[in-house]
Amino acid sequence: MRRLGRIVGALYLALVYLFIFLPVVTLMLFSFQDGRVPVPPFRGPSLQWYEALFANTRMMAALRNSVVVGVVSAAIATLLGFIAAYGVARYRPAAARAIRGILVVPIAVSYLVIGLGLSIGANELAVGRSLALVVIGHVVINLPLAFLVVLSQMGEHQERLEKAARDLGASEIKVLVLITVPTLLPGLLAAFALSFTLSWDEFVIALLLTRFDVTLPVEIWSSLRTGLDPETNAVGTLVFVLSIGLLALTYLVVARLSRRRV
Amino acid sequence: MFFVAPMVLVLVYSLYTRVGGALDRTITFANYERVLGTPVFRTALVNSIEVTLITVVVSVLVAYPVAYSLAYRVPPRLGRVLLILAVLPFWTSYVVRSYSWLLVLARSGVVNRTLLEMGLISSPITIANTRAATVIGFVHFFTMLMTLTIYASLVQIPESYRKAARDLGASGWRTLLHVTIPLSLPGVVVGAFLTFVLAIGDYITPQILGGASELLLPQAIVLQVQRSADFPMAAALSMVLLGVIALAYLLSARRFSLTTR
Repeated sequence: MRRLGRIVGALYLALVYLFIFLPVVTLMLFSFQDGRVPVPPFRGPSLQWYEALFANTRMMAALRNSVVVGVVSAAIATLLGFIAAYGVARYRPAAARAIRGILVVPIAVSYLVIGLGLSIGANELAVGRSLALVVIGHVVINLPLAFLVVLSQMGEHQERLEKAARDLGASEIKVLVLITVPTLLPGLLAAFALSFTLSWDEFVIALLLTRFDVTLPVEIWSSLRTGLDPETNAVGTLVFVLSIGLLALTYLVVARLSRRRV
Repeated sequence: MFFVAPMVLVLVYSLYTRVGGALDRTITFANYERVLGTPVFRTALVNSIEVTLITVVVSVLVAYPVAYSLAYRVPPRLGRVLLILAVLPFWTSYVVRSYSWLLVLARSGVVNRTLLEMGLISSPITIANTRAATVIGFVHFFTMLMTLTIYASLVQIPESYRKAARDLGASGWRTLLHVTIPLSLPGVVVGAFLTFVLAIGDYITPQILGGASELLLPQAIVLQVQRSADFPMAAALSMVLLGVIALAYLLSARRFSLTTR
């Protein structure tokens, strides 16, 4: 009976993992398809679709846009998140709870609605749709996460270090630059990386706020109109590998920094 | 600022109307009446809620046993590795993930090909461009999320609780039903709420996988913006969407406080 349970359990797990990985594996496999449709039977492997991808100027421009938007919006979100977290944790304003609430609310609002609001706002101000607007949109969605990540890293340990430095005569700026920022570095890096991956992946806001200068998800989206295409597989695989790589790298760096600190 | 201002604009716009291509700034509830009075919008709202609820329920049912096995049945080290594996595809781009399911579910796709070759069906079945495809795409994404939140609350339950129940003579099933599941409910509720919010507000999955088979609320909103440039109507639909989310929040918050008390 017990053994039967174990076997059923293992089978179930295997099935769910098959379900979870089926689309990713299909995507990756058929990006190496030697033929014009990314469906079985598999012929290949061939790198022709990756060549086509790198020769595709629209895709490459979208890729550059995505990187720029991601880096800029993640940097702004991390900076603002740090300032907000620092204020809430160190000065403990009376309204700390309310401030936290307001900062975190955007998480529960659909990106679609945020995008719509910004799009209406741009209309009212007669500002054309552009990548700068997308940056603003991505700061809005990333700020809550950056704030929470940085806040979770602020402990009493740092506060004591800061106090000690102040007692020894360091100015506020010196404390900030020499103590607070270095001790928070892992949290700041994590916030930045998380914000970047979210921005890199975000679609609806980018769709509503851009016209010609599109980001990668929007460009992929428009390429879907032509149907199933191995080049889309190739770009999808590339994006996946890059995201995973970035996360793994961040994880390693953060783990290393945290170890050194203790 | 950049969050609050657009939200207020959406609210205000939802009270304007669009008359013959121009914006009429008279405050009115006409848009909301249209949401409830027009069959298209009403159906979109009902469809959205249905699809989302189905997604939440199926995801919990699929994810709970996975989280349970990873937390209790496999060795801790293996459990952590399996957990990381389980959420790995989470990081594929959202648009790409839906496209991947299209590859799998299309008429000439992997599923149809496999079933044909096994002789289980004689002609390809249509899955892509139906509600089933939307639900499959959603369940795939949210099973990963849910496994994570449920696992997190399962590993927090002290082992002694379950041991005590066993020592007092409860069977494995009774321990599961009366101790483990109630104690892990916070994780389930958090996961279910996140799933609800993200699924009901999502435009990509229903658009790519469900296609034109039926209209969900986010698709209706984007249509209003792109096809007819009717911002007020889109804003009113968005407010309805937010209303549904707020309702879900209140319900899950009540459930949550009940279980922690």
